[in-house]
Amino acid sequence: MSAVTTPITAPTTTHDGATEHHYLNHSSGFLSWALTLDHKRIGMMYLAGILFAFFLGGVFALAIRIHLWNPNQDPDAAWLTNATYNRVFTLHGAIMVFLFIIPSIPAALGNFLLPIMLGTKDVAFPRLNLGSFYLWITGLIFFAYTLFSTQIDTGWTFYTPYSIEAKSAVEAATLGVFILGFSSIFTGLNFIVTINTMRPPGMSWFKMPLFLWALYATSIIQVLATPVLGITVLLLALERTFGIGIFDPSLNGDPVTFQHFFWFYSHPAVYIMILPAMGIISELMSVHSHKGIFGYRMIAYSSIAIALFGFLVWGHHMFTSGMADVTTIVFSALTFTVSIPSAIKVFNWLGTMYQGTVALNTPMIYALAFIFLFTIGGLTGLFLGALATDMHLHDTYFVVAHFHYVMMGGTLVAFLGGLFHWWPKMTGKMFNDPMGIVSAAIVFVGFNLTFLPQFVLGTRGMPRRYASYVPEFQSLHQLSTVGACILGFGLLVAGLVLLHSLFYGKKAPMNPWGGATLEWECSSPPPHDNFSHPPAVGDPYDFANVEYDGKTGGYYKKKK
Amino acid sequence: MGRCAFQDPISENMTEVAAHTDGHDHGHHDHPSWLAHHFDDAEQQFDSGKLGMWLFLVTEILFFSGMFCAYVLYRNRNPEVFEFCSAFLNEKLGAINTGVLLFSSLTMAWAVRASQLKQHKLLVGMLGATLGCAAIFLGVKSVEYTHKWSLGLLPGRMYVAQMENGYHSDVDYLTPLCIAPAVLTVLFALYYVYSLVIASKFHQRVAGPLLVAGLCFFGGIYLGQFIEGGEHHGDSHGAHADAGHGEHASHDEEHAKEAGSETPAPAEASAASSDTGVALVSTSSGPLHDVAVDPKEAAIPNAEVNNQGMAGLFFSIYYCMTGVHAVHIIGGMLVISWLIVKAAREEFHSKYYGPVDNVGLYWHLVDFIWIYLFPLLYLIT
Repeated sequence: MSAVTTPITAPTTTHDGATEHHYLNHSSGFLSWALTLDHKRIGMMYLAGILFAFFLGGVFALAIRIHLWNPNQDPDAAWLTNATYNRVFTLHGAIMVFLFIIPSIPAALGNFLLPIMLGTKDVAFPRLNLGSFYLWITGLIFFAYTLFSTQIDTGWTFYTPYSIEAKSAVEAATLGVFILGFSSIFTGLNFIVTINTMRPPGMSWFKMPLFLWALYATSIIQVLATPVLGITVLLLALERTFGIGIFDPSLNGDPVTFQHFFWFYSHPAVYIMILPAMGIISELMSVHSHKGIFGYRMIAYSSIAIALFGFLVWGHHMFTSGMADVTTIVFSALTFTVSIPSAIKVFNWLGTMYQGTVALNTPMIYALAFIFLFTIGGLTGLFLGALATDMHLHDTYFVVAHFHYVMMGGTLVAFLGGLFHWWPKMTGKMFNDPMGIVSAAIVFVGFNLTFLPQFVLGTRGMPRRYASYVPEFQSLHQLSTVGACILGFGLLVAGLVLLHSLFYGKKAPMNPWGGATLEWECSSPPPHDNFSHPPAVGDPYDFANVEYDGKTGGYYKKKK
Repeated sequence: MGRCAFQDPISENMTEVAAHTDGHDHGHHDHPSWLAHHFDDAEQQFDSGKLGMWLFLVTEILFFSGMFCAYVLYRNRNPEVFEFCSAFLNEKLGAINTGVLLFSSLTMAWAVRASQLKQHKLLVGMLGATLGCAAIFLGVKSVEYTHKWSLGLLPGRMYVAQMENGYHSDVDYLTPLCIAPAVLTVLFALYYVYSLVIASKFHQRVAGPLLVAGLCFFGGIYLGQFIEGGEHHGDSHGAHADAGHGEHASHDEEHAKEAGSETPAPAEASAASSDTGVALVSTSSGPLHDVAVDPKEAAIPNAEVNNQGMAGLFFSIYYCMTGVHAVHIIGGMLVISWLIVKAAREEFHSKYYGPVDNVGLYWHLVDFIWIYLFPLLYLIT
C-alpha cells in the first residue's frame, strides 16, 4: 500500500471517550452519502425517506378524519369537496402502502441490520442496494407529481374500469408503483442472496436471529409477488395510453382479471408488511425479557409458512366480485390456514415472556402494544375470511379498522419498537426512556380510540371511502377523529424523543439492552466495515453469558 | 472489551487507506481487484452472482406470467379470435427470428466458455455475434410491427377492422423507427474509424462488434422487407413494400446493400402465392393457412371477431408480450455491450467469469420466452 500518507490512529475503545471511527464519520460530504455503497448509510437514507413519506401519509389521514367530523350531508358546506376527499384518501392509502409500510422495516431497519446480524461486511450486491434506494426516490417523485398535478382519485387499489376512465394522473401513479415494485424486488433479491451465500462460518440457518428469518420470508414474497403487480400496473398504464382493452369491459376485457392480478400481489404484500414486524417482535420479546426465545424453530418455520400460504388466499378480497361459489369456499378455507402460523407466533411470544425478567422500557412497551393490537387485527380478520359475515362487512369500516389494526397497530408499532430498540445502535445515542414510554402509551390510547369505534361503525353499515354519512354515526366518527389527533400527537412525541436524543442523548454503550445477537458485539454506531474477521457465532438467544456492566451502562458478553 | 470484538486495528487502517485512495472499499491486501471487498473468496462472489441472477430470472418469469395468464384467459374464452388473428402474423419471419435467437444462445454459451479459457479474442467475437443476432431480431421485428401498423392491426381501441379490399395506411412507420438505430450505427462507424486512427486495440475490439450490430439491424430490416415484400408481390401491398424500400435505400450508406423487393427471388414469389399472407382476413371458420386458396375469394371478414374488442384484444396481447420481450432484448444488448468492454480489457479468467455466465443465463431466458411466444402467437391452427 504505497498510497499511505498519514497513518490513522488505531480506533479507541468506547471507555476512553476519544474519537472513534464508525460508519457515520468514516467519510463526509454530500456525495459520500449519495454514492455510498455502505448498507448502513443506505438504511439510514431509507429511514429518512420513509419517515418523510409517513409524515405525508399521516397528514392526509388527519385530513380525512377532520373532514369526517361532520356528517357532510350538504357537500357544499363540507370542509373538503367530494372530489378532494376522494383524492385525499387515495393518496393516503397509496403513499402509506407503497412508499411507507412496504419499504419501512425491510429497507430501512433490514438494510441496516441484516448484514450486521448475519456477521458480514455488506449485502451481496451493494450497488444494487443503492440502486434500489434511487428507484424508491424515483417512485417518490412520480407520486409527488401526482400530488401537484391532477391527483389520483381511484383508491390505492386502482380498480378497473374506473381507473381507466378517471381523469387523473393514474399513469404517473401506476408507473410510480411499477418503479417502487422494482425497488422492493431488488431489496428482496439482495437479502435472499446475502443470507444464502454470505453467512460466516458457524452461522447455520438455525443460528440466525429470527428477524433474519422474517426478512428472508419477506424477501421471498417480494421476489415472487411483486413482478405480477409490476406487469399489472404496466398493463393498466398501457390501457390508459393505448386503450389495449385487457381490463376494459367496453373492449371485451375483464375488469375482474385486474382484481385477480392486483391481489395476487397485494395480498402477499400484506405479509411483506407484517412478517418483518413479527421478526422485530421476536427479537424484542426475547431481549427485553432477558430470556431465550420460546419455540425458535416454530417461529422460524411459521414465517416461511405465512409467506407460502400468503400466495393462496388473494381471492378473499374478492368474495363479492362475482367468483364461482366453489372458488370462494376454497379461498375462504385457505384464508383460515394463515391464522395458524400467526397464532403460533403470538403464543410463542407470550411463552417467551413467561418467567422472564421483563424490562418495561420503550421498545418492550411498543412490543406489548403490538401483541395486543395485532391480536385484535388478526382475530377480526376471521370475520372477513368467513363468507357469510364478509357479505355484510365487505367494504365497510370494519375492513378499514381490521387492516389498520394489522398494518398500523401491527407493522407501524413494531417498526417504532424496532426503531427505539436499534436507535442506540444506529445513531450511537440513548433516548429518554420515560418519554419514550409516554409516547408509546399515547400512541396506544390514540390508536384504539381511532379504530375501535370504526369496528362498530362497520358492523352498523358505514361504507368505507364515503365523504358523508348519516347523522346517527356522528358520535362514533367524532370519537375516531379525536383518537386520530391523539395518535398523531403520540407519534409527534415519539419523533421528538428520537430527535432530542440526536442532540442531547447520552452516548450509547455497545449493548444497551443485553442482546446476544451479533449487532450488539459491534460498537454503537458500528464501524464502517462491520467485521474485519468473521465473528464468532453463538446461539442468538443465549443470555447466560450476558452480564451488566455498571461502568458503561450496558451489557457485555462474558468470555467463556 | 474493544470497540468491536472482531476488528483489529491494522485491517481497519488498511480499510481507511484503501477507501481514501480509490474510493472503493477493497479493504484486504489479499483481495484481487476483481473480488469485491465484502466477499471472502471468488467462489462466494460467483455463487452470489449466480443465485442473484436466478432469482432475477424468477421475477422475470413471473413478470411475463401475468401476460401469459391474460393470453390463456382470452384464448380460452374466444379461441376463434386467436385463429383469425394468428393468420395475420408472418410465421416465416417468426421462424427466422426463432432461429436467430437460438443461434445467439449458442454464441452466448460459447462466449461463457471462451471467458473461462481466457480466449479474449474469441470472447469478443462471440459476444459480438450475440449482439448482432439480437440486432437482426429487432430489425425483423421492426418490419413485422410497422407492416401491421400500416394494415391497421393495432391494439384494442386503435384496431382498424380488416375489410375485404384491405385497409392500408400510407404512413411510413419504418423510417422513424430506423432513425435511432441509424444514428447509433453512424456513431459506431465513426468510433470504429477513430479506433483505427489511434490504433487502439481495445477501442477496435469494442467498436467492431458495435458497428457490426448496427449493420445487423439494417440487415434484419432488409431480410424482413424481403420476405414481407415477397409475400405480397403482386397484390395491393406492393406499394407498401416499395415505399419501405425507398426508405431502406436511404440508409444504404450503413450497409451498402442494394436490393429490390420488386424482384424477389422466384422461390419466394411462388411461396407467397400459396400463402394467405398477412393482410388477408379469414373464412368464417378461421383462416386456412396452409391451403392454397386465393385469399380474396375466401376472405370475408367475420364481423363477430373482426372488431376492436375481439381481434383488437388479440393484438393488445400480441404487442404487450412481444413488446416487453423486445424491451428485454434491448436490455440484453446493453449488458452484452458492457461485457464487450470488459472482454476487450481482457478482464475475464477462470476465476472471474461470473458476469458473462450470468448475462448468458439472462440471454437464454429471453430466448426461452420467445420459444414460447412463437408457437403461442404465430402457430395457431
